[in-house]
Amino acid sequence: MEQEYIITIFSENSKGLLNQVTTVFIYRDINIESITASESSVGGIHQYTIVVRSEREKVEKAARQIEKKIDVLKVYVFTPEEVVQQEIALYKVAHNKDVEKLVREQHVRILEVEDDCIVLEKTGYTNETQALFELLKPYGVFQFVRSGTVAVSRYNKELLEEYI
Amino acid sequence: MENTPVISGSEAVIRSLLAEGTETVFGYPGGTIMPVYDALYGYREQLNHILVRHEQGAVHAAEGYARVSGKTGVCLVTSGPGSTNTVTGLADALLDSTPLVVVSGQVGSALLGTDAFQETNFIGITQAVTKWNCQVKRAADIPAAIARAFYIARSGRPGPVVVDITKDAQQERAPFRYEKVTQIRSYTPCPKPDRDQLAEAARLIDQARRPLLLVGQGILTGGAEEELAAFMEKSGIPAACTLLGLSALPTDHPHYVGMLGMHGNYAPNIKNRECDLLIAAGMRFDDRVTGNPKQFGANAKIIHLEIDPSEVNKIVRADVPVIGDVRETLPLLTELIGRREHEAWIEEFRACYDTEYRKVIESELFPSTSAIRMGEVVYRAALAFDAEAVIVTDVGQQQMIAARYSRFRKSRSLITSGGLGTMGFGLPAAIGAKIGAPEREVCLFAGDGGFQMNIQELCTIMQTGAAVKMVVLNNGFLGMVRQWQELFFDRRYSFTEMQNPDFGLLAQANGIPYRRVEQREELEEAVKQLAESKTAFLLEVKVEQEGNVFPMVPAGAAVSEIRWA
Repeated sequence: MEQEYIITIFSENSKGLLNQVTTVFIYRDINIESITASESSVGGIHQYTIVVRSEREKVEKAARQIEKKIDVLKVYVFTPEEVVQQEIALYKVAHNKDVEKLVREQHVRILEVEDDCIVLEKTGYTNETQALFELLKPYGVFQFVRSGTVAVSRYNKELLEEYI
Repeated sequence: MENTPVISGSEAVIRSLLAEGTETVFGYPGGTIMPVYDALYGYREQLNHILVRHEQGAVHAAEGYARVSGKTGVCLVTSGPGSTNTVTGLADALLDSTPLVVVSGQVGSALLGTDAFQETNFIGITQAVTKWNCQVKRAADIPAAIARAFYIARSGRPGPVVVDITKDAQQERAPFRYEKVTQIRSYTPCPKPDRDQLAEAARLIDQARRPLLLVGQGILTGGAEEELAAFMEKSGIPAACTLLGLSALPTDHPHYVGMLGMHGNYAPNIKNRECDLLIAAGMRFDDRVTGNPKQFGANAKIIHLEIDPSEVNKIVRADVPVIGDVRETLPLLTELIGRREHEAWIEEFRACYDTEYRKVIESELFPSTSAIRMGEVVYRAALAFDAEAVIVTDVGQQQMIAARYSRFRKSRSLITSGGLGTMGFGLPAAIGAKIGAPEREVCLFAGDGGFQMNIQELCTIMQTGAAVKMVVLNNGFLGMVRQWQELFFDRRYSFTEMQNPDFGLLAQANGIPYRRVEQREELEEAVKQLAESKTAFLLEVKVEQEGNVFPMVPAGAAVSEIRWA
């Protein structure tokens, strides 16, 4: 059955690695919904968080094939229930009384106020940032961007520790 | 660091290759690799360079060299077309787990990414067809990159790697100090065997009444031939080989029951469904082996001895995966199991062989038709070489026939493109095999189609004097495609008929002795002449035009749908 999976990859910070990782998803015919990459808690080691919709078996097989890449340390596959996940979204919208009301109701941060627009920030699940976007749409959204999901597992220690 | 010499990056390439024990390099010079070739000139006594006629020839030759010798094959090519010409060979080596190091020249680092002359993004291109690749832009980084390349290419499950070196890095001078790589923290080449898995596997083996061992190339790449023999001796279990597993045990082993797969032997193909236990050792359940994977070993528990964790449960679910190097896991298993015999069970395989002999083999080896059949040629060659030769094949009907009817006494005696099915592999691979094992006879079987795909390498034979024995089984067709057209496309022979050149003149042009056989009466003597020739020899045999390879399990079909004609 198709569902959402969150894949966490730890790798050396080597050039071209992202390409190698995404190649496996192309090879196994899995589309990437979102992807983030940055340095992990361990210096020199990068962490990728990739969200896909697919079948468990297919995702697991892709994970093993990614793990096989020389510079990849470890790959974990999680269901949404197994992680705490968030993403950040920025919205540039026009000044407007109704928008200000939305800001208060939706627990949205104001990052910057310009003469003719304001930049808002909301963190939450994808459906929440999307919902806010839908609410703001009628008032005119000049720009909208999402970070892609980041996630930590529900285990209480750093996943990487036992592998380096 | 006072005693570390300061040398050019080019010389560092050569000295690094020598430090890894490289004796032979297959290559072709060009613009961006010229500094390395210049350095090679000074080392031509220490490093044997084989000048091929096309970079695809270089990489297949390096594969043949690696497969026959167990050493790492090395190629040296220039940037742009020189490097892209190696891509097919890299893909071939990746699928067949062949250790290769391809060193490619690259445009100067200042020109990278500018569409410079003979520039391609070789790292990007080869990411999907290598085990690992890297680009080097500083002379000082060359030794470490090559050390890493060799370590990755030959450790664990072997594979091809690419080291792409910019021209300025080749020309720059830097201190040279070589240190072999012995571990990489993000890479576990040989996972440690799990004792519980081994114990569970041994328990299943001891309980099994109808077990079958499936022998893959892992036995050869792991160098576990003796360990396999010991396991078979104690367990009494019959063994079948995959195409690439052939020659891991002698074909006359009393418990050897034949080859698996689409054109494999009837016994293991049909009996895997009746087994209560399959022990897969160093094989990956390729779809050409399993047919319909749902029915393969459908009634059996499956033990999978495998070095690459990503292969476990990929195609067929393993009840007990035993992850690790078979050279390590097989003896541990042998120790745990009880001594058994399975004579009655093995007798059932023999009965199946008799069926196959009556239906197919007899008429292939001893035909009553006037046209020569491919099988009888392979059989004659096996006799003439006394089953001691390294058999190299191209891809297609002759490949399957050579695999079916060759006889093997020694390990590493069949070199063929299994996973990628690369036509044009045979001729250059045979050259590489001869260079990798000069003391052995090397006999190539190629079809008239595949032989022409890298036929320029006849000139490499001329220049190197590699004494390759070549048999072209000429049916005037792209035979395997024609066979499928006959069986599955209503005999619509769409562009499979070949109008061939005069192979005799091509041989003559390259100073290679040649003989053509059209009559069965000449065959035995001609094959003998081929076997006894001290130099390279090309034997062209005109075989039955529309000969087919049977039995055949159609792609994706269950083995019960096996076709005999």
